[in-house]
Amino acid sequence: MKPPAFEYLAPTSIEAAVAALGGEEAKVLAGGQSLVPMMNFRLLAPSLLVDISRIPGLDDIREDDDGLRIGAMTKHHQVETSHLMQKHFPIVTATMAHVAHLAIRNRGTIGGSLCHGDPAAEWPGLALLLNAQLKTTRRVIPAGDFYEGALATDLADDEILTEIQLPSLAPGTGWGFEEMARRSGDFALAAVGATVHLSGDTVAEARIVAIGAHETPLRLTTAEGLLKDRASIAAVAVAAMDEVSPNSDLHGSADYRRHLVGVLTRRALTAAWERAA
Amino acid sequence: MIKVTVNGTIYEREVEPRLLLADFLRHKLGLTGTHVGCEQGVCGACTIILNGDSVRSCLCFAVQADDGEVETVEGLGTVENLNPLQTAFQEHHALQCGFCTPGMLMTGVDLLRKYPLATDAEIREGLSGNLCRCTGYENVVKAIRVVVDAEHGR
Repeated sequence: MKPPAFEYLAPTSIEAAVAALGGEEAKVLAGGQSLVPMMNFRLLAPSLLVDISRIPGLDDIREDDDGLRIGAMTKHHQVETSHLMQKHFPIVTATMAHVAHLAIRNRGTIGGSLCHGDPAAEWPGLALLLNAQLKTTRRVIPAGDFYEGALATDLADDEILTEIQLPSLAPGTGWGFEEMARRSGDFALAAVGATVHLSGDTVAEARIVAIGAHETPLRLTTAEGLLKDRASIAAVAVAAMDEVSPNSDLHGSADYRRHLVGVLTRRALTAAWERAA
Repeated sequence: MIKVTVNGTIYEREVEPRLLLADFLRHKLGLTGTHVGCEQGVCGACTIILNGDSVRSCLCFAVQADDGEVETVEGLGTVENLNPLQTAFQEHHALQCGFCTPGMLMTGVDLLRKYPLATDAEIREGLSGNLCRCTGYENVVKAIRVVVDAEHGR
């Protein structure tokens, strides 16, 4: 279908964008790869779109002492081909292959995906796994506090996400990301990301995040706590299944998704363990 | 009023904000080579190149392309003088009904520009966002393979 009528503004400063958002049924338009289909379906009918793509300085990837800073308007394809990302967060580079298709990755933005907050999307899960700090026009929000539910974030109506800060991983941190989708580029039926940092033979820190298995991306803290050695991965995977609460839909039942979380946790953790030094 | 360069020609038109870029090309400019299938970004038929990147023209408002450069299937070649990718599609039977073909071609153009496409798996992955209900894809992959190999003198 065609989208309903709306007013359109394309400010060239972040201040003007924030000012435009006050008081109306307004939405921020980033890359539009989630918003426009929802408008075409008439699931959303904002009266005003504020296109932030003409604001300079929101789409670069920078390295600093603490890690990487990624402008919110950076496109998936930029991330996919970034040498800085490959160097610091190879898990992100590897995960980009699961994000939709080339034409969507060419236009869709990291910030847009995070603010849309689809529980089956990769970026919200990656942000939680990597302890991202989400910088907005008002404050810095830890990724763990950002989501309130499916497609619902803590952002105020006139607050714009400007930067994603990814803190450096401890040297030698291993990682794994495993996703199951019906077809290449589809949203995940379920996905699991994991990082493992070893100190000698003991686990200094393990993080496991499930995607598509809850109304928000979910850290599996109980499962994380059970990881003691390589042999314990099977038990961790069983615990992971108990920690998620997936929905059933025509693409897969809740039981099937729960099963997938177990399998994908085992695979992601095994990969992370093997990569950990 | 927006100004968009399409296949090298500058067009200035008055548009409603809600006009999709696909409909701008088809209805305002009469460039009906770009096809509209699902209007939700799934089928890939409306794929064009905007500022050097393949994009879904059904997931982009024409106003977002203001001051931009668009390439559509009409810019590739003419009936008398097909470009190499179009020739390969013709010779290798990479289309039947032709509805998905403009999107396949424009995706193919972006893939050929950006990726080495050393394996057929890369070509398949690159085409995964373009649906075809006739060919079974084999011949589309073959046509792109032929162009890649020719470019590398194989």
